[in-house]
Amino acid sequence: MTTPVLELRNVNKSFGPIDVLHDISLKVHAGEVLCLLGDNGAGKSTLIKTLAGVHKQTSGQILMDGEELMFERPKDAADRGISTVHQFGGTFPLMSIGRSFFVGVEPVIKWGPFSFFDRKTANETAVKAVREFGITRIDDGDRLIGGLSGGERQALAIARAVHFGARVLILDEPTAALGVKEAAHVLRIVFEARKRGLAIIFITHQVMHAMTVGDHFAVLIRGALAADFRKGEKTREEITDLMAGGEAMAELESEIESYAQSDSETSSAAQ
Amino acid sequence: MTSQSSATESSRSLPALGRMIRRPEMGSFVGMLAVFLFFWVAAGGLFVSSAGFSSWLNIAAEIGIVALPIGLLMIAGELDLSIGAIIPASSLTLATISGYFGMPEAVGILAALGMGLLVGFINGWLVLRTGLPSLIVTIGMMFVVMGLTLGFSVMLTGSTSATIEPSELSQMLLGQFVGGMFQVTIFWWLGAIVVFFYILHVSRIGNWIFALGGDRIAARNAGIPTEKLTISLFMMSSFAAAFVGISQAMVYQSAQVAGGQAFIFNSIMCVVIGGVLLTGGFGSVVGVVFGTITFAMVNQGIYFTDFDPNLGSIIIGALLLLAVIMNDSFRKMALNYTTKKNS
Ligand SMILES: Nc1ncnc2c1ncn2[C@@H]1O[C@H](COP(=O)(O)OP(=O)(O)O)[C@@H](O)[C@H]1O
Ligand SMILES: [Mg+2]
Repeated sequence: MTTPVLELRNVNKSFGPIDVLHDISLKVHAGEVLCLLGDNGAGKSTLIKTLAGVHKQTSGQILMDGEELMFERPKDAADRGISTVHQFGGTFPLMSIGRSFFVGVEPVIKWGPFSFFDRKTANETAVKAVREFGITRIDDGDRLIGGLSGGERQALAIARAVHFGARVLILDEPTAALGVKEAAHVLRIVFEARKRGLAIIFITHQVMHAMTVGDHFAVLIRGALAADFRKGEKTREEITDLMAGGEAMAELESEIESYAQSDSETSSAAQ
Repeated sequence: MTSQSSATESSRSLPALGRMIRRPEMGSFVGMLAVFLFFWVAAGGLFVSSAGFSSWLNIAAEIGIVALPIGLLMIAGELDLSIGAIIPASSLTLATISGYFGMPEAVGILAALGMGLLVGFINGWLVLRTGLPSLIVTIGMMFVVMGLTLGFSVMLTGSTSATIEPSELSQMLLGQFVGGMFQVTIFWWLGAIVVFFYILHVSRIGNWIFALGGDRIAARNAGIPTEKLTISLFMMSSFAAAFVGISQAMVYQSAQVAGGQAFIFNSIMCVVIGGVLLTGGFGSVVGVVFGTITFAMVNQGIYFTDFDPNLGSIIIGALLLLAVIMNDSFRKMALNYTTKKNS
């Protein structure tokens, strides 16, 4: 098998006396979507922050292309092509699409000692990049980020990461705040990024979304890897149960089913 | 698919109006126009005579030179109240060195500007090191500079004021009244407008300032030298304040320990009336210029009317509140207008 783009070997992370991650070993390959599942507080955000250089692991190794990495700051991870897109997409709601797309790497036109922010190039590049991901509604680079829908913002952030050569794309609950249609849009964009050969870590606690795009699944429970399996190896119910940490969910579901049944009985009786 | 292409059509054919409404200076332009018309009607022809224009332009120029860098600072999410102490400190530095001690003017001017840059550097450095809000840090700095100014002045000259007789060149460049009524400071202000417009809207540094005010951590992660930028912005505002101090010393040919405090709130008001968001991340140089003109017109226009001059303060207060409310709704419009039309 090929070398994984990103690999974690026995990674532990504690904040002082609090152990948050225990002995996590994971691999992500190019063109593959790894779904990271887990309840609130399971340690998903801590795990990806460690990958993004925000936290340093307490012990264990992070390898990229088989080579060990040590990140001192988020910039180091970004320079290696590890790009994180947060739940709400862009972080600069009051900046235009073109300007925020190029924050820190602005295109300029030089004229003697002066340099001019090249707004035209910035806008055109940003709009083109996001349109390539199928978001044709965005056609004006002067629009403000805050005026875009949640899905459009995610799309823009993903398009930006891809444009700047990201090899690993970390998506932290990209669909959590979105409606059904918008979420479908984002999932399509995840597919598109995968097709381009990126390694994607997709964090969610919506099992349906995970099953739609995932090639490979990892379930975190209280900081430990509770399961690691590939597409088709488990059913939706099994995954839901795993996330809930056992039988609780199955019980709840059967309860809900019986409610639903009695509900439909009463409504058909009313008719 | 059809809905997508029609959405594209509609946003293409959006009138120029939509574009204009999105501009951060739109609200301040409307406010400026309203104030101008109000005083034109209330005060009559005198307000639009050259005497009328010069009275508010002179005020606008002095505040404007400080308001511009304060605007940039506020867009970057910071405040600087120490300018209120830097202005008299700079005047007095110049008047003491070149007036009282009779040293060359260039020495006094360089010392005053250097003092300004140093205070700005310390402001920025303290804000970064302590992580305290710049409001607190610069209030502290204001008192420190005030105390030092008084202390040094009494120690060196035995007085709380000093006089200076500007040379012909300084008189022409800094203290002259063009046409007998327009302070030459107006031209320095125009120059400053060009410089700050370039920084904020033309150069890439402007993008860094907006990003810094939008999200400091994300800006740093994007590779922006946020610390250098923060310190530079504080140095710009204190440098501008020192410049105004020098120009005041040249105009009035004297300097006092007190004075300058009015600049603190006035400059912030110009900036806010000019559409800069109090929380940072949004604003424009043109807006700040409109805000400054509006402020100066109210400040001076009231004397051209029969109204009680105290009414001026009430108008300014009302304008400020109105500006904040308007800025908010303009910002909402700016954020929403396309999506609203599309969906
Ligand atoms: N900086 C920190 N210091 C101490 N504890 C933390 C810190 N960050 C996260 N934790 C703890 O680690 C656990 C996992 O949190 P998190 O990674 O945010 O979970 P998730 O994203 O899966 O909801 C939580 O119990 C949280 O309180
Ligand atoms: Mg989380």
